[in-house]
Amino acid sequence: MSATTLSNGLFGNFKRVLRNPTYAFLGLLIYITVTIVVLSLLDRRSVIFPLLSTLAFPPLVLAPFVTLALPIDNRLKGLIILVLLFIVLPVIGMFDGSYLELAIQICIFSGLALGLNIVVGFAGLLDLGYIAFFAVGAYLWAMFTSPVETYFKTSGALVGTNLTIHIGSSALVITLPAFYTFMIVGVVVAGIGGILLGLPVLRLRGDYLAIVTLGFGEMIRILAQNSDSVGSPPINFTNGSQGLNGVGKPPIPQFLRDFVATVERLLHLDVANVQPLTQQLLFYFIAIVVIVIIVLVARRLENSPIGRAWTAIREDEVAAIAMGVPLVRMKLTAFAMGASFAGAIGVLYAAKQTFVSPESFSLIQSISILAMVIVGGIGSIQGVLLGAAVVTLLNLQVLQNLSLQINNWRNNKVVVPQVLIIIAGVIIALILLRFAWKNLKPWIKSRNVSSVKPLNILIGTLLVILAAAVVFISLASGDFPIANWPNQLELAKYQRFIFGILLIVMMIFRPAGLLPAARRRLELQTPKVEKQAEEV
Amino acid sequence: MGILEVNNLTKKFGGLTAVNDVSISIEQGSISAIIGPNGAGKTTLFNLLTGIYKPDTGTINFGGRSLIGLRPDQVNGAGMSRTFQSIRMFPGMTVFENVMVGMHSRLRISLFQTITRLGGFNRQEKRVHEKTTELLEFVGLSDKGDEISRNLAYGDQRRVEIARALASDPQLVLLDEPTAGMNPNESVEAMTLFRRIRDERGVTVVLIEHDMRVVMGISEKISVLDYGQKIAEGSPVDIRTNPRVIEAYLGRRATADMEALHGEKQS
Repeated sequence: MSATTLSNGLFGNFKRVLRNPTYAFLGLLIYITVTIVVLSLLDRRSVIFPLLSTLAFPPLVLAPFVTLALPIDNRLKGLIILVLLFIVLPVIGMFDGSYLELAIQICIFSGLALGLNIVVGFAGLLDLGYIAFFAVGAYLWAMFTSPVETYFKTSGALVGTNLTIHIGSSALVITLPAFYTFMIVGVVVAGIGGILLGLPVLRLRGDYLAIVTLGFGEMIRILAQNSDSVGSPPINFTNGSQGLNGVGKPPIPQFLRDFVATVERLLHLDVANVQPLTQQLLFYFIAIVVIVIIVLVARRLENSPIGRAWTAIREDEVAAIAMGVPLVRMKLTAFAMGASFAGAIGVLYAAKQTFVSPESFSLIQSISILAMVIVGGIGSIQGVLLGAAVVTLLNLQVLQNLSLQINNWRNNKVVVPQVLIIIAGVIIALILLRFAWKNLKPWIKSRNVSSVKPLNILIGTLLVILAAAVVFISLASGDFPIANWPNQLELAKYQRFIFGILLIVMMIFRPAGLLPAARRRLELQTPKVEKQAEEV
Repeated sequence: MGILEVNNLTKKFGGLTAVNDVSISIEQGSISAIIGPNGAGKTTLFNLLTGIYKPDTGTINFGGRSLIGLRPDQVNGAGMSRTFQSIRMFPGMTVFENVMVGMHSRLRISLFQTITRLGGFNRQEKRVHEKTTELLEFVGLSDKGDEISRNLAYGDQRRVEIARALASDPQLVLLDEPTAGMNPNESVEAMTLFRRIRDERGVTVVLIEHDMRVVMGISEKISVLDYGQKIAEGSPVDIRTNPRVIEAYLGRRATADMEALHGEKQS
């Protein structure tokens, strides 16, 4: 009991201190500095590198969200976030390219999640085939620029501004920077795709809509898989399941080379592969700019008659149409806007991966993006960004690094001393006993049998037994060489399992997401207030 | 020639004729009521007028323009707005947002303007805010604008719906059982509000009502439906004394109400 009050007190004090802008700012600076210093000091050869990198990199990625949550002047917030995104992260990425890769992946998924959020979050149209529009964007760029013989070709270097586009036997010369032009074309084409999907499903809602859109997503994938020899003589569009490799990249501008050279000189770095790293940096900056534009567009849509009409449709279609909201146009606008974001991101993805194949656009991808939207907070832009960051980090970094860590320990024949096991066992037992006490308290304290629920007694007793077992096992274990870790419990095999558990825990404790939309937060708060009123 | 002219309107659902050859004329600036027992086709008539159902036969002329074939949102744009029998707000939106949505058909919005905020977008949003504030004041919900509308008391929810219906600056507003579930005090307040809608905003009011105090106290003309057919029409006095109405409707359900009303007036 006293321990709880103490921890509550500590936490409360901490919160109170953070409410002061000056302390919050200082705290933030310390937080950011520590993560930067730790990250730049990490040594890849160290045995515990995976663990340390997992502990240090996510905090840096989450720093912008921490900044937004603190009570600091808004302009200062903006400045800190700009410095983080445009200076700190790129420089950290120059120390270790894998961080840059992660940051780009987070941006790609953020863009997709933000687009899906327009359809699912704002307009309430459950779309399980969203990845199709991503595929449209990716294939658009890949078909034209891959050296594989396809119907669409480009000649002339992507570096220059004179690019010839060949469609079949006709040719077209564009004098604009090809990659950026294609991004805009991707926006338009995917947007049209969104409208084409929208038209047949206008009357559907909820589960029905989900199934039809799922079908649409699969259709696009199957189409990509089988469009390698269409008609006779056969025409190759997508190169089928072999995919398109060697997809073109945007040329590196001079200022970026200068940036890399300057950072190298200032920090006395010796970057091994300057060319690929600079290319990655370019993708990173493009991705960040695209995300900034997407966030801006999404926010403007949200705070507009269009955004309000979407919410109205989500809440009650009949009422919305009776109030003058043109249902068809608004739904199609939602599908088109959501899809267009995915189109732009698709072009970027194809160029970055340099390889596009149908496997990248499977149903599971659509579902993971939906998971990001839901984990972050459906309908909330900041939440969706956080959700994309957290889920991507979990899938691509945290879970992978943890299993790498165990492997490292195993290869180094690390032995966990029994003392540590016993301490861990006791801590786990104490936590279990706390929950057991919660369940058993009414039974032990009150003699009034009618108020005691048998289920609580059962759960409580089981928890006590479990706690005893944990202590017993830790006492009996002896020193544990990690080499003995069973193969069946290899963490790498359990990535999705752990992700699933985290999803369940999330939905129990934060059903509206990590950062719920303001309106939803209001909705969820009210029952609590009523409950309190009842108790009084 | 009234603002709304309905002629020979018929709607069948399978074998059931929900609205049968109904003709109604509504004068501009009047307050009219449509009454009838449950299942008489009153709400179906409203749904036909607002484009939610398509009539089988008949004409609807509103302000000299035919409404047949228009979608509900177009009917709203043409100047006829409505509320619903079972309240249909946007329950998760705030009161303020609910009313803002009601203005949709009066806004000129392109996607381009929304994204770039050019072409008077901000000016229009400012107007929307001012108008919403004014409407909430009009229905007496100025202090509730930021509340999630599902958390409001029942009577307040009805007010939100009315404010939302008025937001598109309609010429005519259809109120479907607006006082259902209200206590007598609230009903009296609601009646005052309906009169103010007409007197202060110049909006023609048509209501479906079960509460005879409201019907008799406020309407200038009453149309009575039974089994989808119009069986009577006239002033409250005419309706009260019409034998067909008494037989079909008042005799069964509301004579007691009426007597109570008479009693009140005499005492």
